[in-house]
Amino acid sequence: MLLRFWAVLVKEFVQMKRDRLTFAMMIGVPILQLILFGYAINGDPKRLPTVLVTSEASQYARSFAAALSNTGYFQILPDPVSAARADEMLALGKVQFAITLPPDFARKIDRGEHPQVLVQADATDPGATGNALAALAAVANTALGHDLVGAQAPAGGAAAPFEVRVQRLYNPEGKSQYNIVPGLIGTILTMTMVIMTSLGMTRERERGTMENLLAMPVRPAEVMMAKIVPYIFVGYVQVAVVVTVARTLFGVPMVGSMVLLSVVLIAFIAANLSVGFTFSTIAGNQLQAMQMAFFFFLPSILLSGFIFPYRGMPQWAQTIGEVLPLTHFLRIVRGIMLKGQVWTEVAPELYPLLYFMGGTMVIALLRYRRTLD
Amino acid sequence: MTAGDDLAIDVTGLQKRFGALHAVKDFSIQVRRGQICGFLGPNGSGKTTTIRMLCGLMKPDAGSGHCLGYDIVKQSAAIKRETGYMTQKFSFYEDLSIRENLSFVARMYGVKKRRAAVDAMLERLGLTARARQLAGTLSGGWKQRLALAACMLHEPKLLLLDEPTAGVDPKARREFWDQIHQLAHDGLTVLVSTHYMDEAERCNQIVYLSMGQLLARGTVREIVETSGLTTWHVTTAAPIDLAQALRKEHGIDMVAAFGNTLHVSGADPIALDRAIAPYLRDSGARWDKAEPELEDAFIALMQRSTPNVGVGAN
Ligand SMILES: Nc1ncnc2c1ncn2[C@@H]1O[C@H](COP(=O)(O)OP(=O)(O)OP(=O)(O)O)[C@@H](O)[C@H]1O
Ligand SMILES: [Mg+2]
Repeated sequence: MLLRFWAVLVKEFVQMKRDRLTFAMMIGVPILQLILFGYAINGDPKRLPTVLVTSEASQYARSFAAALSNTGYFQILPDPVSAARADEMLALGKVQFAITLPPDFARKIDRGEHPQVLVQADATDPGATGNALAALAAVANTALGHDLVGAQAPAGGAAAPFEVRVQRLYNPEGKSQYNIVPGLIGTILTMTMVIMTSLGMTRERERGTMENLLAMPVRPAEVMMAKIVPYIFVGYVQVAVVVTVARTLFGVPMVGSMVLLSVVLIAFIAANLSVGFTFSTIAGNQLQAMQMAFFFFLPSILLSGFIFPYRGMPQWAQTIGEVLPLTHFLRIVRGIMLKGQVWTEVAPELYPLLYFMGGTMVIALLRYRRTLD
Repeated sequence: MTAGDDLAIDVTGLQKRFGALHAVKDFSIQVRRGQICGFLGPNGSGKTTTIRMLCGLMKPDAGSGHCLGYDIVKQSAAIKRETGYMTQKFSFYEDLSIRENLSFVARMYGVKKRRAAVDAMLERLGLTARARQLAGTLSGGWKQRLALAACMLHEPKLLLLDEPTAGVDPKARREFWDQIHQLAHDGLTVLVSTHYMDEAERCNQIVYLSMGQLLARGTVREIVETSGLTTWHVTTAAPIDLAQALRKEHGIDMVAAFGNTLHVSGADPIALDRAIAPYLRDSGARWDKAEPELEDAFIALMQRSTPNVGVGAN
């Protein structure tokens, strides 16, 4: 069993070594993409989940929340939470914003003390938060207009009844490269891994070596594993290249654990490789295999939150996105690189990846034809 | 398994269709262990398809049987372990060197003392000096030799060779057949497809296929006899003119020129005698009664099975 796996594995490595151009492309493409994508793409997502941290239910608080909702950018969760819980929700990416009203918010406004409202934004993806924050500034001036009477009613040009202080978390400068670069790791892996393995079996078929391979006593799982493993190695090389270049070129930080990232990478790479291998068992020739790879690649980059902020997408698109490995990997890689997420925080995104991988591997093995007809 | 124990290949009623094309029709053979079975037939007659069904590369639409005692449909994995299959088209990795290809095969079959086995095989085939050459850059004949080496590496009990000597020079061909006889002597069973008559004559048993149908089976002698041909050899200074004249005669089924000698055959001896009678008196040609050759027998078989080829003998 191991020996046959090893036989195919050695063969794959030698073939990879002989095919220098492809190998160079696998290293060159990530660098090129990194430079091209390093300059951001912006979206204008709406209805970003927002949680309120407040202990009072005053008219002012309600009006403020309503005004935020009316901008279209914020979707206020119905129940206010504690400050600690809000931090946690931000860290897990459950909400985009946490808005904290100070104690005695209403009383301070009535007294004209200009209380300070703290807005914490998950700025990992600056494209997702930029417009919302701009709208927020305008809201501060007008939100309470109808509620205020007498001395507190804003005279023309007077200062707002309260102050808004914005805290951009994880990416204080709002650099889009911070968001793009980790995402690029996932995109590059998706592209190269799926394409390379999708050619795996079709190449055997086109070159006529399939007949020989089938005539030997090797099991489908052995062939599949042996064709997948070399690319896990290639995937790691690509990640190393991207992380290094991203650091030197854009100064993208690596806050979290490199070890954790490496572990998660295996699952993500293997998930993509099994997609590619499945394609290669279906495609009749290498061109078809390439087309199928792109068929998978396009939704992956468009619906995973890489190009368009995930929360800006319609529900159906999010549903599709939720199935794709890249979506979950993006959350994980951004979480680890920018937020320093730890194992327990990453795990919920890891399971969908593993299910996906298991599912596609089963399909691949079912599709693998043991005969020539 | 007692009765079948002696049989390396024992299949009955194999059928294979590709859409509308009936590539193999009701095919049955039995080959005893240690025998060399020649597989002959025109292009597209279903030789490759049959061989593929024997080693589990294709599922027969109908029919069943055993190879080396294993069921050809259910136990193809076991058959593959003990069988060496040489494909008609070169199907090793062109971007791997000769040694790498052989090592790959050796690992796949779990050959013990892999290095030594590969070295010995390289030596035996005279490939040692070229061991590091990429298989894709080998000449056609050398590719055949590599493929042959590879399918014998794991010391199989059954060899299925699909035109192994196509494009191989005469000396290498002779050596190859000497080797096949040696292996068969040691108990290996060989099924080999070929278009060469001299190779067919070195087989213990011949199977002749045409359009997916088994037309004849047996030793060379038996096949020649069942063809029922009567053959004359005519030596003449003007073979082409004579051949043209003879082909028009009723009762003469085949005329083939070999230099200045014509082979003239017919299935019906009386009709043949009547047809050649006027020519026998011609002093410019010498007529000798001869044994029909295998090739004559095959051409006759082919003409009979395909009414649109040549003039019908019956
Ligand atoms: N995979 C396939 N799909 C469709 N038709 C096929 C397939 N394989 C073989 N055939 C057809 O089946 C018939 C028998 O083919 P096969 O290769 O067995 O012939 P062969 O006797 O080996 O011929 P040759 O002497 O030229 O090698 C041919 O008409 C061929 O076109
Ligand atoms: Mg053939």
